[in-house]
Amino acid sequence: MGLEARSGTAPLLVARGLVRRFGSFTAVAGVDLELAAGEVFGLLGANGAGKTTTIRMLCGTLAPTAGSIVLDGIDVVRRPRAARARLGYAAQRFSLYGDLTVGENLGLYAGLYGLRGAARRARVRWALEALGLAPWAGTPAARLPPGHRRRLALAAAVLHRPRVLFLDEPTSGVDPLARQRLWELLYRLAGEGAAILVTTHHMEEALFCDRLALMHEGRVIAAGAPDDLRARVPAGTVLELEGAGDGGVRARLAARPEVAEVVPRAGRLRVRLRPGADPAAARAALAPLVAPARLVPAEPDFEDVFVALLAARGEAAA
Amino acid sequence: MSAALARLAALLAKEARQLLRDPRMRFFLVVPPLFQLVVFGYAATFEVRHAEVGVVDLARSEGSRALVAALGAGGRFRLHVYRGRAEAAGALVRGEVRAVVVFPHDFARRPRVQVLADGSDSNSALLVLGQAGRLLRTAWAARAGAAPPLAVEERPWFNQALEDRWFFVPGVIANVVLITVLVLTAMAVVREREGGTLEQLLVAPVGRLELVLGKLLPVAAVGLADVALIVAVGVGLFGIPFRGEPLELLAGTLLFLLSAQGLGLLVSTWSATQRQALLLSFLVIMPLVVLSGFAFPIENMPGPAQALTWANPLRYYLVVVRGAFLKGTGLADHPFELGMMAALGAAAVAASLARLR
Repeated sequence: MGLEARSGTAPLLVARGLVRRFGSFTAVAGVDLELAAGEVFGLLGANGAGKTTTIRMLCGTLAPTAGSIVLDGIDVVRRPRAARARLGYAAQRFSLYGDLTVGENLGLYAGLYGLRGAARRARVRWALEALGLAPWAGTPAARLPPGHRRRLALAAAVLHRPRVLFLDEPTSGVDPLARQRLWELLYRLAGEGAAILVTTHHMEEALFCDRLALMHEGRVIAAGAPDDLRARVPAGTVLELEGAGDGGVRARLAARPEVAEVVPRAGRLRVRLRPGADPAAARAALAPLVAPARLVPAEPDFEDVFVALLAARGEAAA
Repeated sequence: MSAALARLAALLAKEARQLLRDPRMRFFLVVPPLFQLVVFGYAATFEVRHAEVGVVDLARSEGSRALVAALGAGGRFRLHVYRGRAEAAGALVRGEVRAVVVFPHDFARRPRVQVLADGSDSNSALLVLGQAGRLLRTAWAARAGAAPPLAVEERPWFNQALEDRWFFVPGVIANVVLITVLVLTAMAVVREREGGTLEQLLVAPVGRLELVLGKLLPVAAVGLADVALIVAVGVGLFGIPFRGEPLELLAGTLLFLLSAQGLGLLVSTWSATQRQALLLSFLVIMPLVVLSGFAFPIENMPGPAQALTWANPLRYYLVVVRGAFLKGTGLADHPFELGMMAALGAAAVAASLARLR
């Protein structure tokens, strides 16, 4: 169902049956993933869905309770150090040294990844250029604007040309322009043959990924290309009320049995129909409340996908 | 192997930069050693000089007057004369004098002297009582023209003048190294965890040993520099003799660094923040200093406390440092102390590595 990497390329990363428990709490409850070279893969989910725990296991810094991970042919669980030389990682929180300059931070990591002498200098210079950090080379990292700090983290993660790149919420706290530049760089790295795994809870950002896995409570509840996932929302079950509806309209809509929820979105009201509801019948039933012309089917986004999938699961359980 | 060395070199360069750039760290490098040197070199002394002592001469005899004169001579005591016991007792209560010497009415017939001391400061009371008593006995015997009952020839070896400074300053080396190195080690490790930077380091292909050495070696260099600084000031400014082998001091220092840094690592495994690490460090340092023989002799401690000193690396280092300075000992003289420091250090490092896993 879309968990396998795109055909024709051997997967760079294969994880099977990943489980991680912390005491009695299960953070990750059986995750399977495959990433191919040149692919940007998104791990989408709310905070606490298990994205960061999954990434930490894939990077070899957290031992899984169960499951296997093979990265570029190396067993990450058994030989994490060998695997680390081939992967790059940028944490959600800035985790370089604020009291060292941009250049010193990059020099340190170039050294730790085994680059020396002229090769080390050349690679640091490349990273500074590629991420637009050259003017900041002598600035202590703590004094960089947040967007630049993200770029520095990314620069440190790609110095050694990793085969697989893990980015935990790379765009959180970054302004839209910087976010755009960051994505351009990710596409470039993927174009050069890296596999990139990105976590995000920005639903709209998920559209930038080649493939997605939606995580909820430690499990992947759906995976596939963005359009395939959006297609899993039954057609016509997400409606949008054009024009500003007053609070009364919102309450009256929400009270109808065929409506699951009504949420404000960008000055409009988004109306999600209950799963299994017949869209045509529902619109007819809602006609006395709002003119049918104002209530139009909307393009489902990933929040809608989540809601639809979770509702379906709830029904299956019930 | 050379790849590991290159990684270690990168870590060391980074650590040195951070140490020298952080004002809090720079403070720890310089201020504690100089502060301790000044305090223990100039202020800390067991000697009695210019102690305020009251005199009540109810006898007013020739003999009592001679003894009072003897007490006043020599500069040890500054005398205050009171007319009666009550007046003198008041001065003792108010803390104006540390002791009162009373010559009773019938002193001429029955030569007895009473010395009352302020026991609320038991240490100085003991010193004043001892010195006043000895002075009185000697003066009395000299006046009678007789030899003292038993002639005792006192000759303290290694420190003929019993200079307290000679005793304290070598000990300060041990203290400073302990405090500086333990705190810096704990802070350096915890800083990585608190700042989240450890997470990134652990994703790089760096070995645990490289990480630990990258933390320990720069701090060890600081410890060595502190030792050199205090030896230079102690010998140059305070005139303390260094009679032993420098090699013994170096060996002892290296092994003590290992054990102090091991304790610092251990402290770091229980601390989530630098503040916690600092607090916990001092919680560890206090008993180490008290139970080391730095100021209080180990032989005078109760049994259980004495037993604890066996696990205290500071105890062994003090023996080595004082030996190297005052007794003129060499590398071969302290195999037990050196061995114990090595064992304690290895145990602490091993325990922290096990906990860091």
